[in-house]
Amino acid sequence: MDVTIPILILAIPLFMFVFLGLTGMKMSHKVAGILGTCGMGTVLVLAYYTAFQYFFSGADIFINGAGERLQYLVFDQTWLQFTENLVIKLGFLLDPISAMMLVVITTISFMVHLYSMGYMRDHHGVYEHGFQRFYAFLSLFSFSMLGLVVAPNIFQMYIFWELVGASSYLLIGFYYTKPSAVSASKKAFIVTRFADLGFLIGILTLSWYTGTFNFTELTSIPVEGMAGVSQVNIGTAEYVRGIFANSAAPTFMGASVLTWALVLIFMGGMGKSAMMPLHIWLPDAMEGPTPVSALIHAATMVVAGVYLVARLFPLYLMEEAALDIIVVVGAVTALYAAMVACTQLDIKRVLAFSTISQIAFMMVSLGVARPEFHHGLGYMASMFHLFTHAMFKALLFLCAGALIHAIGSNNYTEMHGLRKHMPITHVAFLIGCLAIAGIIPFAGFFSKDEILTACFGHSIFWYIWMSAVAGLTAFYMFRLYYLIFWWKEHKTPEGHHAPHDQPWTMTLPLVILSVVSCVAGFVPFGNLVTWNGHPMFESVDFFTNLKALDWSVASISLLVALAAIGLATVMYRKENALPSKMRNALPALWTWCFHRFYFDELYMFITHRIIFGCISRPLAWFDRHVIDGTMDAFATITNKASEVIKPLQSGQIQMYVWYYLVGALLLGGITALCVI
Amino acid sequence: MDYSQFLAMKQEIGLLAVFLLVFLYDTFMPRGAQKGLPVFTTVLMLLVTLGGFCSYCMAPGGEVSAFAGMYVTSPVIAAIKNILNIGVVIVLIQSIKWTNSEAMTMRRGEFYELLLVTLFGMYLMISGRHFLLFIIGLESASLPLAAMVALDKNRYESHEAAVKYILTAVFSSAIFMMGLSFVYGLTGSMYFNDIYFALTSQRSLLLVMAVAFVIGGIGFKLSLVPFHLWTADVYQGAPTSVTSYLSVISKGATAFAFLVVLNQVFGALYSQVWEVMLYALIILTITVGNLFAIRQRNMKRFLAFSSISQAGYIMLGVIAGNAMGLAAMMYYILVYIFSNLAAFGVIGAIENATGKVSMDDYKGLYKTNPRLSVAMMLAMFSLAGIPPFAGFFSKFFIFTGAINQGSVAIYVLVLIALINTIVSLYYYLLVVKAMFISDDECVVPNFRSACSERLGLWISVGGILALGIVSYFYNSLLELTGVSEMTAYFIG
Repeated sequence: MDVTIPILILAIPLFMFVFLGLTGMKMSHKVAGILGTCGMGTVLVLAYYTAFQYFFSGADIFINGAGERLQYLVFDQTWLQFTENLVIKLGFLLDPISAMMLVVITTISFMVHLYSMGYMRDHHGVYEHGFQRFYAFLSLFSFSMLGLVVAPNIFQMYIFWELVGASSYLLIGFYYTKPSAVSASKKAFIVTRFADLGFLIGILTLSWYTGTFNFTELTSIPVEGMAGVSQVNIGTAEYVRGIFANSAAPTFMGASVLTWALVLIFMGGMGKSAMMPLHIWLPDAMEGPTPVSALIHAATMVVAGVYLVARLFPLYLMEEAALDIIVVVGAVTALYAAMVACTQLDIKRVLAFSTISQIAFMMVSLGVARPEFHHGLGYMASMFHLFTHAMFKALLFLCAGALIHAIGSNNYTEMHGLRKHMPITHVAFLIGCLAIAGIIPFAGFFSKDEILTACFGHSIFWYIWMSAVAGLTAFYMFRLYYLIFWWKEHKTPEGHHAPHDQPWTMTLPLVILSVVSCVAGFVPFGNLVTWNGHPMFESVDFFTNLKALDWSVASISLLVALAAIGLATVMYRKENALPSKMRNALPALWTWCFHRFYFDELYMFITHRIIFGCISRPLAWFDRHVIDGTMDAFATITNKASEVIKPLQSGQIQMYVWYYLVGALLLGGITALCVI
Repeated sequence: MDYSQFLAMKQEIGLLAVFLLVFLYDTFMPRGAQKGLPVFTTVLMLLVTLGGFCSYCMAPGGEVSAFAGMYVTSPVIAAIKNILNIGVVIVLIQSIKWTNSEAMTMRRGEFYELLLVTLFGMYLMISGRHFLLFIIGLESASLPLAAMVALDKNRYESHEAAVKYILTAVFSSAIFMMGLSFVYGLTGSMYFNDIYFALTSQRSLLLVMAVAFVIGGIGFKLSLVPFHLWTADVYQGAPTSVTSYLSVISKGATAFAFLVVLNQVFGALYSQVWEVMLYALIILTITVGNLFAIRQRNMKRFLAFSSISQAGYIMLGVIAGNAMGLAAMMYYILVYIFSNLAAFGVIGAIENATGKVSMDDYKGLYKTNPRLSVAMMLAMFSLAGIPPFAGFFSKFFIFTGAINQGSVAIYVLVLIALINTIVSLYYYLLVVKAMFISDDECVVPNFRSACSERLGLWISVGGILALGIVSYFYNSLLELTGVSEMTAYFIG
C-alpha cells in the first residue's frame, strides 16, 4: 500500500494547525474557517478511502484466505534510537479498529468544522474573537487524535495521548477570559495527567519486561512472507504472560505484575474516558464551545480509554482480574452517571453525564468479552457502540449547540416548547434520543443490545445491572427531550426575535448525523471489527444484524426502554406535580444525585486540606530554606570565583603570552611528573 | 606523476576555483558591478557545498590518499568539510549587508578572498597527514584571519584586536613548531603514520613536553584555557561577520584537526599522556569560560566566552575516541554552527542598524523587535541545551559518547561538564530575560533588517529546530561514522 495517503492524513491537519496558528490572524475569519474545513474535508476523503481499501479491497495484506482481517504496518520510521533495543518509532498501523476510528474521527471532526462556521458567531453574523485560533486548535486536535489511533506502538500512542490532552486543554479554555472555563481546562488537564502517571508507569512496566513497545509484538504474530503484516494471536499474549510469570519477580503486592501493568494502563484510560473516580473533569469540560464538546468530549477523545483497552485486549484476556476491575469500574460508573444525569439542569451537563455512562457501557462490554462466547462478542459490541455512540452523541451535542445558540443559555428550564420554532433541531434531537434510548431500528438499539447480550453471556448479575442503566438512560434522555421541546414556551422578551433554526452550515451536519444515527445500526460490524479479525457471519446483507439478534435479550431491553420512555412521558410531557412529588419522596437520593454525590467537594477537601495543607506547606518551607539556600550558596561561590579570576583578562598582550607559555609548560610538566 | 591523484582533492579544487573566480571578479569587473561580488561569492560557495554533498553521495566509500600519503580524504572527512561549508554559506549570507556598506567598498574583495584562503587552509588541516602540509594549512588558516580582524580600518579596537591576534598566533605557531621539532627529533619523520608507530614504545620528558606544545599550538585556535586569552579582545574588536566566522568555522575545523592529530599522531599515548592533559584542559576551559561569561555586558565578548566553554564540550567528543564520540562531535559542531550563527546574526543585524552591542541595550527588545528576540531566544536555548532544541540533543549525544569511553574519570568529567551547563543556563537566560522580561524602554527602535540578514537568520533558526526534531541528521552521521574502518582511519 502506498504511504502517501496515510502520511497526508496526518500531515494535513498538522499543517493546518501550523498554518492557521501562524498566519490565521492575518486572514479574515471566513477564509480561516473555510481553509480549516476544506483541509479536514480532504482528510475525510483520504481516511474514507483508506478505510474502504482496508475493509473492502480484499487485498492479501488486509485479509487472509480464511476471511480474517490482518494488521498492516503502513510505515514505521525510527524517530529516536537510544540504544540498540530502546527505539522509539513513529508509524501507521492499519487494523480493524484503527480503520474504524479513522472514519469516526474524520466524520465527526469534519461535521464540527462545518458546524462551527455557523456556531462561532453571534446573531448578527459577527465571528467570535479568536475564531482562527479555534480552527487551528481543532486541526491540532484532529492531528493528535488521528496519530493516537494509528499508533503502532504504545509510546507513540502515549505521545499523542498527551497531545490530545493538551489540545483538549486549549479548547476547553478557549474562552480564556471566563474564569470558569479556565478552571475547567486546568481541572481536565490535571485530572487526566494524574491518570496518565499510572499509564506511564504501566507502559514502562510492560515494556521493561517484554522489551518492546510495539503492539504487534505484544498481541500478534507476523504473517509469513509478507512484510509489515501480522495477525492477532492469543499465543503471543500467552507468551508475554509467560515472560512475566518466569521473571524474577512475577508478583507484586498479591497480584501478578502483568495485572499491575494492565490495571495501571487502564488507569490512563479511566482518566481520559472519565471513569469513576476520575470522571470529575468531564462535566466541567462543557465550559468549552459546544462543537468542541461534540468532537472531543463525546465522540473521540473520551473514547481513547476504551480504544486503549481494545488495543491491548489480548493481553487483558490473560488476566481475569484486570478484566473484572474494568467491569466493576464501568458498571458503577454507568449507574452513577445515569442517576446524576436525571437531576441536572444544564443541557450540556446532562449530555456529559450521559456520555460518561455510555462510555462505561463500552468498558463493561470489553470487560465481559471472552473469546469463548460468540467469538468475543463483547469486544465487537464495544467497538460497535463506540461507533454508533460517536454519531448520535455528536448529533445530540450539535443539537444542544443549536439550542444554546438560539436561546443563549445552557439551562434548559429556560427553553421549553421549542418544537414549533426549531423543527429541524427537534427532529434531529428526537432521533438522537431514540438512538441512545435503544429503540429499534435506530443505531443505539443494535449496539446496546449486543452489549447486553455479551453481559448476559458473562453473568446474569451484570446483565440486570446494565439493563437497568439502559432504562435510566432512556428515562433521562426523554426527560430532557420533553423539557426542551414540550411544555409551555416562555414568552419572548420584547425586542428579541423568537428562537429559530440555524444557518445551513449548522443544519447540514445535523441532517447528516441524523441519517447516520438511523442507519448505522445495520452496519454488519461483526464482519468488520472483531478482536482477532475473525468474521462472525458467513455472509452479510442489510439485515444481518437484525437476524443475528438474540431476541430474548432484545425484547426485554426494548420493553425496558419503552417503559422508561413511558414513565418520562407521564412525568414530563406536560408541567405537573409528579416530579416534585417523587423528589420529595426520596429527598436524600435526589440531593446526592443533584450534587453528583459530592465528588467535587471530596476532591476539594483532599487537595486543599490534605495535599496543600499537610504536604505542600512543609515542602515549600524545605524548598525555600534548605534547597534555595544551597543553591544560593552555589551561586555566591560561582560569582565570587568569577570575581577572583577577573584580573587574568587584563587586556595586555604580554600577559596573555606569558600565561600561554606558563600554561603550556605546566601542562607538560605536571603530566610528565605524573607519567614518568 | 599520476595526475589522477588530484581527483581526490575535489573539494579543495572546487574551493580554489571559487577563490580564483572571486579574485578575477574583484580585479576585472567594472566598479558598478562590484556590488554583486557578495552574492556572486555566496552563490559559488553554495554550489561548492552542494557539489560536496553530491560527490560525497557518489563517493565509492572508503578513504583515498594522494601524494604519497600526505593527503587523505574519506566520506567522513568530506562530510566534515561539508559541515564547514554550510556554516560558511550562512556566514556569507549574513555578511552581505556589511560588505556592501559604504565603509567596505574598497575592501570588499579582500574579505572574501581572505576568507576563502583560510577555509582552504582548514581543509588542508583536516586532510593533511604530513606535518608540512598540516602547518601550511594551519598558517594559512591563521594569518589571513589577522587581516580580516583588521578589516574595520577606522575602528581603533579592530587594530588592537588584529595586533593581539597576530602576536598570539605567531607565538603559538612558534610553540607548536618547537613541539614538532621535538617530535621530529625523536622519530625522524613528519608523516603521521610513521610518528604513530615510532612513538608506541617511547616515553620521555621531551615527548610529554612535545605533546603539550602541540596541544598548546592547536589549543590556541580552539581557545582552550589557558591559551584563550586573546579570544575576548579579538571577538569584540573584529567586525561581527569575522567574529562569527572565527567563532564557528575556524573553531569547528580546528576541533577536527585536533582530533586527527591527537589520534593519528599521538594515538599510542592516549591513556598515558594526553588523556590527562585533556581532562585538565576541558575542565578548565568549560569552567573558566563560564565564569567569565557571567560578567560580560558586551554581547560579542559574552559570546566569546560562551564559545570558549562550548569548545570544552566539543573536546568531550575528542576524548571519547569512539565512533559515537566522532558522530556526536560532528553533530555538535553542526548544531553549534546554527545556534551561534543565529546569535551572531541577531547581534550583527542590530549592530548594523543601530551600532548597539551591549546587553543593556537589549532590554525590552521583544517589544520593539519581536522576531529578532525570538530568534535570539532560540539561539540561547539551543546553546544552553534546552530540549527540544538541537543544542539539547547535541549535548546529550556528546555526553553519551564520552560516557561510552567507560572509565571512572570520564564520569567525573561529564559530571563537571553537566554542572557547568547549569551555570551556562544562567547567563544564556540573562539575555533572554533582558529581552523579554525587562520593563525598561528599549533603546533599539523597531527596524527592518536587510533581506540577507533575515535569510541567514531563517536558515539558522530552521537548523536549530530541524536538527533537534528530525532524527535523520544524527542518525546519518552515526551511520557514516559507524562503518568501522572509516572511523578507524579517522581516529586511528
